[in-house]
Amino acid sequence: MKAFAQRHRGLLILAACIALLPLGVQNDYHYDVLINAGLNAIVVVGLNLLIGYAGQISLGHAAFFGLGAYASAILTTTYGWHSLAAMGAGMAGVGVLAYVVARPILRLKGHYLAMATLGIGVIISIVLNTEAQVTGGPDGMSAEPFSVFGFAFQSEKSWYWLVGGCLLASVWLATNLINSPIGRALRALHGAEVGARVVGIDTTHYKVLIFVISAVFASFAGSLFAHHTPTVTPSILGFIKSVEFVVMAVFGGMASVLGSVVGAFIMTLLPNVLASIEDFEPIILGAIMMGTMIFMPKGLVPTIAKKLRRKEAP
Amino acid sequence: MFESTLQFILAGLTSGAIYALVGLGFTIIYNASHVINFAQGEFIVIGGMSTVALTAAGLPLPLAIVLATVVTMVVGMALARFAIQPAKDADVVALIIITIGASIFLRGIVQLVFGKDIHSLPPFSGETPLNLMGATLMPQSLWVMGISAGLILVMAWFFNATLAGKAMLATAYNSLAARLMGVDTKWVLLSAFALSAFLGAVGGIVVTPITFVSYESGIMLGLKGFSAAVLGGLGNGIGAVAGGLILGVVEAMSAGYISSAYKDAIAFVIILVVLVARPNGLFGKKGIDRV
Repeated sequence: MKAFAQRHRGLLILAACIALLPLGVQNDYHYDVLINAGLNAIVVVGLNLLIGYAGQISLGHAAFFGLGAYASAILTTTYGWHSLAAMGAGMAGVGVLAYVVARPILRLKGHYLAMATLGIGVIISIVLNTEAQVTGGPDGMSAEPFSVFGFAFQSEKSWYWLVGGCLLASVWLATNLINSPIGRALRALHGAEVGARVVGIDTTHYKVLIFVISAVFASFAGSLFAHHTPTVTPSILGFIKSVEFVVMAVFGGMASVLGSVVGAFIMTLLPNVLASIEDFEPIILGAIMMGTMIFMPKGLVPTIAKKLRRKEAP
Repeated sequence: MFESTLQFILAGLTSGAIYALVGLGFTIIYNASHVINFAQGEFIVIGGMSTVALTAAGLPLPLAIVLATVVTMVVGMALARFAIQPAKDADVVALIIITIGASIFLRGIVQLVFGKDIHSLPPFSGETPLNLMGATLMPQSLWVMGISAGLILVMAWFFNATLAGKAMLATAYNSLAARLMGVDTKWVLLSAFALSAFLGAVGGIVVTPITFVSYESGIMLGLKGFSAAVLGGLGNGIGAVAGGLILGVVEAMSAGYISSAYKDAIAFVIILVVLVARPNGLFGKKGIDRV
């Protein structure tokens, strides 16, 4: 139990936060913001495995999120599938797609990889926007309510606990992955790719694997999002959304699972907090992004953790 | 058949010329600092918007253009001085976030100062279309192509024949060695941002009569410029120009012959195919990994 507590300290802190947060919630709108923050956090936890641990960038992850959302919306309404089956199909489809594109493009490095992932994201978003007879085009479409074993999630409160549980499961999965041989191989790959290859690590295999895993995380969160939101529109999978995911990961802290969650929460809450001074929102958002990266290039959580540790052991 | 093809090529070269200018801006900054400046598209918007506002305030067009260009260059230098220089040692992803943050910041300011409306400028020399072997050409397209070609030549002269240009190239090649030879690399960073803001502003101004300008129009133009620079091979000026022209023509052709809804998608598919076949762009050097 003690070993579990030590290894999963972050997970326990997060569980406590999720359990206590409803005390401060006053209305459904608050729940709605928290639910969206949680869904973003699931995507970012997956994306951070790719960015923070494997050292690869993706400027197209919103496309996987959007594909998951559209899979759920289309399969549950047009074809009458069960919501869990639709979610599974979305994750499988996105996994296969990610695998197919990952093999050629993960050979690219740095800015070229950024360009390629960005391109894939833009292509998918244009396709979903244009094929209006299937996707509803720019107007979007909505999904049937999410139900598990006959229980339909309708109230914001039930959604909060559902998303909270899913987020905990994602963090647990990601933490275990990082502490597995896969995680160690990824860190070796991040440190020195050629070095990792020399000691016998199949770097392409691991890069592809983690790309697929992070895409499936995004698709999973996308499916949940589709059931929760009134309408799924193409704006959820554009370039801007992809950038937002990367910003959340980097802002919270690269190579930090807890950082991903914190980053996702702050960056989701911020626009809502700033909504009262709407005209200044992008200016403040941009200034925060620049300021954090200039003064805390490692991101929020790792920087604070380092400061705390220094205080503990002077 | 021939006329329509020519028509599409002319349209493609017009937008391609702008992509080339933006791509060249990316390249100049990349060479000076290894930063991909995602705020490049905002330079276009600031250039176009300020010209619109200044002419609306009663200034004659040439004076408005000069002032707008100066404003954009000052913004570019401020960006270099206050956002890029303090973070010089940050890694690539952090620098990408900084420039994306800068683009959101600048977009917010543009929206606050100029509003959310779409603006335009009158064409520089009338709206009588010219006839070119059966294809029609708006005089403004000639302005776009002519000014872009002129700027590209000036840039080529600057980097190959002036001391300042050579100092910038030397910094791109090996920053430490350049510093040892007495090149002030901080100055190089500032001038790189000023130069690429200049290119963006001029591109934005000449293209505004054709494509209009709004606070959001920088996003897609910035992406296209980035694509042009990557397509040609990052860091290669001629590559960026070729990449921009290819991108423009491919887009116009696919809009004309295949589907206008899919023109952007087709452009990106071609970029992906090129990158998979040539991971360092069309004209890029092969990268070497260090352990």
